[in-house]
Amino acid sequence: MLRRFSLFELFNSLFLLLLIALVVLPFGYIFAVSFSAPSESLAGTFYLIPKEWNTDAYKYLFSTSRFTGAIANTVFLTVVGTAVNMAVSITLAYAVSKKTLPGRNFMLMAIFFTMIFHSGLIPQYLLVKSLGLINTYGALILVGATNAFTIMVMKTFFQGLPESLDEAARIDGAGEVRILLRVVLPLSMPILATFSLFFMVGHWNEFFNAIIYLNDTSKWPVQPLLRQMVIIGSSNIASEGAMEQELEASLGPNVKMAAILVAMAPLVAIYPFLQKYFAKGALLGSVKE
Amino acid sequence: MSAATTRKRIYKHRFFYLLAIPGLAYFALFHYVPMWGLLLSFQDYSPYLGFLKSPWVGLDHFERFFSNQDFVRLLINTLMLSFYGLIVYFPFTIALALLMNEVRWKLYRKLAQTVLYLPHFVSWVIIAGMTIIFFGPSGIVNQFLEQWFGRTVPFLMSNEWFRPMMVLQAIWKDAGWGTIIFMAALAGINPELYEAAKVDGAGRLRNIWHITLPGIKSTIVILALLRLGSSFDSNFLQIFLMSNNLNMEVSDVFDLYVYRVGLLQGNYSFAIAVGLFKSVASIILVLAANYAAKKLGEDGIF
Repeated sequence: MLRRFSLFELFNSLFLLLLIALVVLPFGYIFAVSFSAPSESLAGTFYLIPKEWNTDAYKYLFSTSRFTGAIANTVFLTVVGTAVNMAVSITLAYAVSKKTLPGRNFMLMAIFFTMIFHSGLIPQYLLVKSLGLINTYGALILVGATNAFTIMVMKTFFQGLPESLDEAARIDGAGEVRILLRVVLPLSMPILATFSLFFMVGHWNEFFNAIIYLNDTSKWPVQPLLRQMVIIGSSNIASEGAMEQELEASLGPNVKMAAILVAMAPLVAIYPFLQKYFAKGALLGSVKE
Repeated sequence: MSAATTRKRIYKHRFFYLLAIPGLAYFALFHYVPMWGLLLSFQDYSPYLGFLKSPWVGLDHFERFFSNQDFVRLLINTLMLSFYGLIVYFPFTIALALLMNEVRWKLYRKLAQTVLYLPHFVSWVIIAGMTIIFFGPSGIVNQFLEQWFGRTVPFLMSNEWFRPMMVLQAIWKDAGWGTIIFMAALAGINPELYEAAKVDGAGRLRNIWHITLPGIKSTIVILALLRLGSSFDSNFLQIFLMSNNLNMEVSDVFDLYVYRVGLLQGNYSFAIAVGLFKSVASIILVLAANYAAKKLGEDGIF
């Protein structure tokens, strides 16, 4: 690194540093305010270190059944939802990756068509309603159980695996199930890791489907509740459907910030570890046959 | 191929058909069955009367929609936002990928990538919340402006600032993530080209112009065309969260309109008609974009 740095490289590095700062500083502020005493947080000026560290906001949040309930709902939705996503996607993609499957082309066209034509929000809503899934998590888990993009990419990947492995396993007497589970899936870890992450992010951040399909606000996952707290602003989560008689604090900025951090923490903690799988962009390139 | 052979082949593949059932059932039920709902746009559908008894009105809703002054406003709003995305967000992402590619110190580049991916994983609710915290009427930025310039700027509560704010939000959230596909394309450029250029005495700018950009031309063209093809689509969630009475004139887009008129006001038939128009317009645009890609010598998406 003792090479000559050109002026361009210096400016480039500084520019990237600026972008990094633009991403990190806002979260730094949110972090600081969340650990501030209510009075300090109200001041509204920008700072990164609170005068006095104070965990009141977090204590309050985790004492309300509203917030902890929403987190629990979100965890449930993410775990079950992602499991369903992966199960439905892998099975269909693997089946459709077999070039000798009769009717395969028709299936692929039908799947691909859904990528360019959508019947729209209202027909989907009416369908969910007629299935009796309104106000249930079934709506959130089944709608979007899989999608054309996922199927296409997974299919291409499965097709790229050497057939010789299949055949070797068959000669050894393995049935199709075993081939899928013991040969194909272990080799597919990069793809599986990437899509699991995508699905998890989708479920954890689920907002819109939750507000249109869940009438009962106690069933809400964390994002709609967060919107209520941070954007619509004035609602006091302890008083709606109050079950806890906690501090009669109305929501100070420190509580809102704490809520934001808790809501984003799990995903932010996970993605760097899976970065090597999705950052290659290889999976996107694999869509072209 | 005779029927008997086909049946035999189907039996041979029975395991795979079984595997495919959940996925196929999903697509059939959640993508194709709702298409029947599109018929409701030709009716005056009332949930009480149901599909069989609601009166048929043909193209009434469509006529009403096109002659409504809302239509032009929605069209302009939707297309303008897509246009802003195409001319600001899209080139910015490409430039960012190029700049990151020029960083020689691998660790710094990886760090920059990791940090810049972060906002992608944060929900739109949080992004909107943060935007309000920082750019709201009494937010940090306005407090700063008030102190130093004596005036505040209605970033979130005016028509003029809505489109710029939408683009800035999109860049903050997804520009980093958007570089992924370009980084992959950049990695695919033959290094020998750069070496040959170095021998010929080419500088950095020349390299970029003659080697790098042509090297990722296919990717750029395809992505640009895909973007154009989805001009009638909007980032519904982003607009839903940031739209309010004071910026409604520019923030009302097709998707938001369908939600409001259909789900909130219960005007199902009309909303479905609007949605159908949008879907048909979109598919025409995508086909046109695909055709254009092929004409330019690139692979289309199909």
